[in-house]
Amino acid sequence: MASEYTTSEYIKHHLTNATMCSTDSGIAFNKACADAGFWAWHVDTLAWSVVLGLLFVISFRAVAKKATTGVPGKFQAFVELVLEFVNDNVTSTYHGRSALIAPLALTIFVWVLLMNLMDLVPVDWLPTIAGLIGQHAFDMDPHDVYMKSVPTTDLNTTFALALGVFVLILYYSVKMKGFGGFTKELTMQPFNHWAFIPVNFILETVTLLARPLSLALRLFGNLYASELIFILIATIGLFQLPLHFAWAVFHILVLPLQAFIFMMLTIVYLSLASEDH
Amino acid sequence: MNINATLIGQSIAFIVFVWFCKKYVWPPLMGAIEERQKKIADGLAASDRAEKDLELAQQKATEQLKDAKAQAAEIIEQAKKRANQLVDEETQKGHAEREKIIASGYAEIEAERNRAKEDLRKQVAALAVAGAQQILQREIDAQAQNDIVEKLVAEL
Repeated sequence: MASEYTTSEYIKHHLTNATMCSTDSGIAFNKACADAGFWAWHVDTLAWSVVLGLLFVISFRAVAKKATTGVPGKFQAFVELVLEFVNDNVTSTYHGRSALIAPLALTIFVWVLLMNLMDLVPVDWLPTIAGLIGQHAFDMDPHDVYMKSVPTTDLNTTFALALGVFVLILYYSVKMKGFGGFTKELTMQPFNHWAFIPVNFILETVTLLARPLSLALRLFGNLYASELIFILIATIGLFQLPLHFAWAVFHILVLPLQAFIFMMLTIVYLSLASEDH
Repeated sequence: MNINATLIGQSIAFIVFVWFCKKYVWPPLMGAIEERQKKIADGLAASDRAEKDLELAQQKATEQLKDAKAQAAEIIEQAKKRANQLVDEETQKGHAEREKIIASGYAEIEAERNRAKEDLRKQVAALAVAGAQQILQREIDAQAQNDIVEKLVAEL
């Protein structure tokens, strides 16, 4: 594919989301949405993340429905392995009792992992297929068809996850410590004196906000960088084969690790939120 | 790469997936896992118990075997003793019988001999009387001379 573009065009093409927005003249796509502002939708991110999320819930639900307490089948054993892994991490970190934390951690881990794993699909496959479909079915210029298939390289995805976690941090803080306790935590730490209340408030607010922000940016940064390097490797001709292989093997470690870190930090933040100091 | 409405879509998707997982995925799977853990724990406990039972049964069997052997040995011992006793008794009885038979034989022989002796004595007396008669050529009053004859017989 690289021969049809200049290298920078190629990279830019691969890093652009398929965008959809509604304009005065109806639903518009991609370049027509440049001025849409907030009300634009990354349809590729949405579609892939929903498909992968459905893959997760449907396959796990299928196992859960016919889960046997006797000898499990191979897929059930695998699902239970994942479940026990998540459950062990949750119970060793989160000491309160909550019916939400463990399923939340499982959803984050598996969903993020599945979205990350899209990174291992060779970078040209899905954009090329999308381009061919656009060209032949919708009579579009394939250069104007975008397909960014790794949802976690989209800030919207990582921020959506982090936002959910942030809301839960606030919810658990208020639920466990009461509104007064939470306010006290924000204003009377680390310096327990009334004169330091503004300083404390600034410090604690930064701490509080840094958590979801770092969650979202860490995942996004790692995945965006790795995707970018996959794309760069794809531009260098024949040598891309061993390099691509090496980088992909490295990502067999990185992709689950990022999913695990996101899950683990979620548990840690929620357990911090629900514990009194 | 900019933040836009996708954030809302992704948040909704996230909430729905977490809700679904919490309601329909986690409880049945965790329930199955815990149930199986309980089953396995029960099974292990049962196998432990069975092992202990087996050990106990083996111990009991060994004990009973030992008892039985001891009893058998005792019975054999008793039987031997009884047999010896019987043999002794019978031998003694035999001896006694023999003695008795021999003694009665002797007595019979003695009586026979005495009778023969008496007969002989009587015959000798009669012979002596007959002899004396012939010597005296006359009839001797057997009655009157009886005391002499008696004396003679006693002297024989």
